Amino acid sequence: MCLAVPGKVIEVAGVTAKVDFGGASREVNVSLVEVAAGDYVAVHAGFAIEKINRDEALESIRLWKELIDKDVQVQGQGTRSQDI
Amino acid sequence: MFRFRDRELGARIFERLKSLELDIRIMHVCGTHQDTLMRFGLAPLFRDAGIEIRQGPGCPVCVTTPRELEEAILLAESGKTIAVFGDMMRVPGVSRSLEAAKAAGSDVRVVYGIDDAIALANRGKELVFMAVGFETTAPTTASAILSRPPPGFSILCCHRTIPLALKALLDMGEMQIDGFINPGHVSAITGTAVYDFISRDYGMPQVVAGFEPLDLVMGVYMLARQIRNGEAKVENEYTRVVKPEGNRRALGIMDAVFEPCHVAWRGFPVLPGTGLGLKADFEEFDARKKYEEILSGLDTHIGEPEGCCCGEVLRGLMEPDVCSLFGSECTPEHPVGPCMVSSEGGCCIAFRYGR
Repeated sequence: MCLAVPGKVIEVAGVTAKVDFGGASREVNVSLVEVAAGDYVAVHAGFAIEKINRDEALESIRLWKELIDKDVQVQGQGTRSQDI
Repeated sequence: MFRFRDRELGARIFERLKSLELDIRIMHVCGTHQDTLMRFGLAPLFRDAGIEIRQGPGCPVCVTTPRELEEAILLAESGKTIAVFGDMMRVPGVSRSLEAAKAAGSDVRVVYGIDDAIALANRGKELVFMAVGFETTAPTTASAILSRPPPGFSILCCHRTIPLALKALLDMGEMQIDGFINPGHVSAITGTAVYDFISRDYGMPQVVAGFEPLDLVMGVYMLARQIRNGEAKVENEYTRVVKPEGNRRALGIMDAVFEPCHVAWRGFPVLPGTGLGLKADFEEFDARKKYEEILSGLDTHIGEPEGCCCGEVLRGLMEPDVCSLFGSECTPEHPVGPCMVSSEGGCCIAFRYGR
């Protein structure tokens, strides 16, 4: 039910947008978001519920790797054994 | 497009989790999380790392009460066209499902979203849309209501909201929960601050997580870190979609149309403030007001199916395959309760991937 499918906005006309889902396009209601052609959106029950921030996606993976590296290092040093 | 299935990073995180020597139980409240957990075979890996993950009341079709289902069936059998999400069709009612009502001649339609239901109503049908769903879905209903649908259109409002349900679950105190994985797409609408009071008042660590395997693995890692460090705050793993303030436009549209109300959930008593009712300005679209006379014919008490443990599964007390009906009397083909019907139901997911 709360599944949302990512797609890319091709064009917007009023509250309706044409959205590309990996090759198949479909009309989506965009009354809940402010979007322009080229934006990525999460689509649920025929509505775009939020934009997907592509830069944030790449950045989050970079940050996770950094966090894991740091945690491994801290544990390896045996310091602050309470904190990870 | 994105790299949220990176096996190498996933394996490193599991390695880290194992080194923490955990023995914890956490809960998520989203059928899509349960699907990710089972479809990608993550549940046994988490168990190996000392992490038990339970699905709480996170399947909108499953928590819809027997009474709400009977309302829809009664309206269908009274000659109204009923439009529902597909998962609702086969949920067993007291004596029949919506699917059975359709087979017997009632007009029941499966729709992908509320706009499809309005398109049917525009063809002059007296149509009732069964509006099921959490904060992810509620703004789509609100937006459609604001667009002034045709007079023949109304909704059987079954929307529910998550944050106060988490509180109710903790207040019931039926089992130890060490942390919550909060639902990514509900939170895309609500933002993350709505959960703050749960961390503050109950000392509960929480992480909002997305739905790719790496999202869930990382979300659990962030939660495990908090638990291990004795912290209790709301963190956001799903930053590419969820903003701290949520989707303000969607929240504004919801506020314009709905007001909180008290509502029962399947397996739960009435949970204060966890329902959404149409505001007085929109009561012409409220099927319960419009068809009050028809619906007054319903029994006052409508119980759960006999022997069904959906209530325990939805409260996180029971794993689906422990139920004595699981896989024998209750299967996706012949379901006894909704959790075996819905693609987001714990029993259906366990049946599909677990055996």
